[in-house]
Amino acid sequence: MIELQHLSKQFGGGSRLTSVQALDDLCLSVPEGCLFGLLGPNGAGKTTALRILCTLLAPDSGSVTVAGLDGLSQPRAVRRLLGYVAQEVAIDKILSGRELLTLQGDLYHLPSVECKGRIGELIALLGMEEWIDRRCGTYSGGMRRRLDLAAGLLHRPRLLVLDEPTVGLDIESRAAIWQVLRQLRDQGTTVLLSSHYLEEVDALADRLAIVEAGQVIAEGTPAALKNALGGDRVTLRVREFSDAGEAARVQALLQECPGVRQVVVNRSQGYSLNLVVQDSDVIERLRRQLAAAELPVFALAQSRPSLDDVYLQATGRTLMDAELSVAGLRDPKVERKQSMR
Amino acid sequence: MTSATPSLGPLQAVPNEPSAFAEIRQETLALTRRLFVQLARRPSTLVAGVLQPLIWLVLFGALFANAPEGLLPGGGSYGRFLGAGVIVFTAFSAALNAGLPVMFDREFGFLNRLLVAPLRSRSSIVLASVLYITSLSLVQSLAIMVTAALLGYGWPGAAGLLLVLVTLLLLVFAVTALSLGLAFALPGHIELIAVIFVANLPLLFASTALAPISFMPIWLGWLAALNPLTFAIEPIRAAYGGSFHLSNVVLNAPYGDLSAATCLGILAALAVGLFLAIRPLLDRKLT
Repeated sequence: MIELQHLSKQFGGGSRLTSVQALDDLCLSVPEGCLFGLLGPNGAGKTTALRILCTLLAPDSGSVTVAGLDGLSQPRAVRRLLGYVAQEVAIDKILSGRELLTLQGDLYHLPSVECKGRIGELIALLGMEEWIDRRCGTYSGGMRRRLDLAAGLLHRPRLLVLDEPTVGLDIESRAAIWQVLRQLRDQGTTVLLSSHYLEEVDALADRLAIVEAGQVIAEGTPAALKNALGGDRVTLRVREFSDAGEAARVQALLQECPGVRQVVVNRSQGYSLNLVVQDSDVIERLRRQLAAAELPVFALAQSRPSLDDVYLQATGRTLMDAELSVAGLRDPKVERKQSMR
Repeated sequence: MTSATPSLGPLQAVPNEPSAFAEIRQETLALTRRLFVQLARRPSTLVAGVLQPLIWLVLFGALFANAPEGLLPGGGSYGRFLGAGVIVFTAFSAALNAGLPVMFDREFGFLNRLLVAPLRSRSSIVLASVLYITSLSLVQSLAIMVTAALLGYGWPGAAGLLLVLVTLLLLVFAVTALSLGLAFALPGHIELIAVIFVANLPLLFASTALAPISFMPIWLGWLAALNPLTFAIEPIRAAYGGSFHLSNVVLNAPYGDLSAATCLGILAALAVGLFLAIRPLLDRKLT
């Protein structure tokens, strides 16, 4: 359904100091009927890639193909079949929700009777009856997001693109949006969403791609990516709060244990130990080893590899660390200018 | 939340594509409707827009009521002279500001909603603004003309009304295109407001809105004779002067005499030229 080939995009041109390489040879392929997640920290290039896909931005190089149509030479044909729900919800505060949807319908050239009926369906589907005739300026974040989703779905697109659809939403609105996205996928719409929530991508996506520094660095189904990592994760605390010395001693002890691949001291979690073990049989061995050394066990938790582990493996850091590292570096003003057209 | 409904499935078969005209009409009218809904819910723009030219008319008319005899070529009253200038200047100001809502749409991201939609032509955005500003200008002009009539400055008659309509349409088209072009070319609303601020009053003073060319220093006379506002003002002023024909000479420019038809022709050429000139800006890299 979507083929992005070798996309590159630089912002701020001119001097090398101020320019930002938003996309660096990004390649992505999304099969038809798939609910596809684009996972990455803020600033990884997800939004830029989606904006290029939606014909809002021209790449410096590379190609965009949507349903066999070239997005760069036939943008209007591509626009017809995609719905785009942008990250920053742009609504007209003066219009009511229904008026906004009617405007949207006219921009997509829906016949007015059909448009009216379609708006009615979406109001029911997204639970907007109570407030749809109020002015958009009075809406909460969740209402705006639902309205924007309705606007994206109005013309029944074959492809729905959502940029961080649930950021900052209440639980109820988020659940509502998740449910609609699943229904869409079940009925044949291809859905591409970006997110920096592991949980969201894990819960929703049939396939996902991890985007880092403008490139796709891992791609596959969540299960396959996790299985490819192999092994189980074990979190061990000998005491509620250990000190560095004890943690190091336990680390040295367990590293020798057969079946243990890796032992890392997690200083931010009270010197707990994070282990990667071959299989669940190793757990018993660990317990015996600790007992023999006369060490207590405060907590011992075992889990299958998570998406966060996949991310860690692919990038060398956790998603949260990646978020934190760019948190102070981004300039919202500059980014807003970049998204201005 | 209802359970799965078939309506969530994508539309596979694209229905018969309507004609380009029908699509452009639909999107233009929808965008125009939005501007009018905004106006209806924020009527202060309209109130101020009607009051301001009336204040111009009354105060400026009074200011020069005692102007020396030979100031005006025809020898009429200054108020009668001023009416056409205020009508045109009011429409011009409104059109010059047409880019502001578009600029705010850019800054708030609403424009993305328009650009990601399969608009048959992005010129619809321009056409919607032209329709809106022209209608607004007509309301303003009627208010000005009625007030002028009440002040004893005369009434241009039915032909004059038609002439006002045509002239304003051409001028508004040209200036709106220019303003929208600026709204797409400039980085933000601060810059756009600066340009509007710098362009607005000087263009008024360097036109025949407030004084005839014969009253100006030679260099200013030349400027006024090249100013598009002058080409809009003079035919309307001629209509106020009594019997009017398109072939009448309405402007004695330093480079020669111009008929009303020539003035309107120049405005039309300007409108078409500016409209064509800004189209690449609307389309940017992606058409």
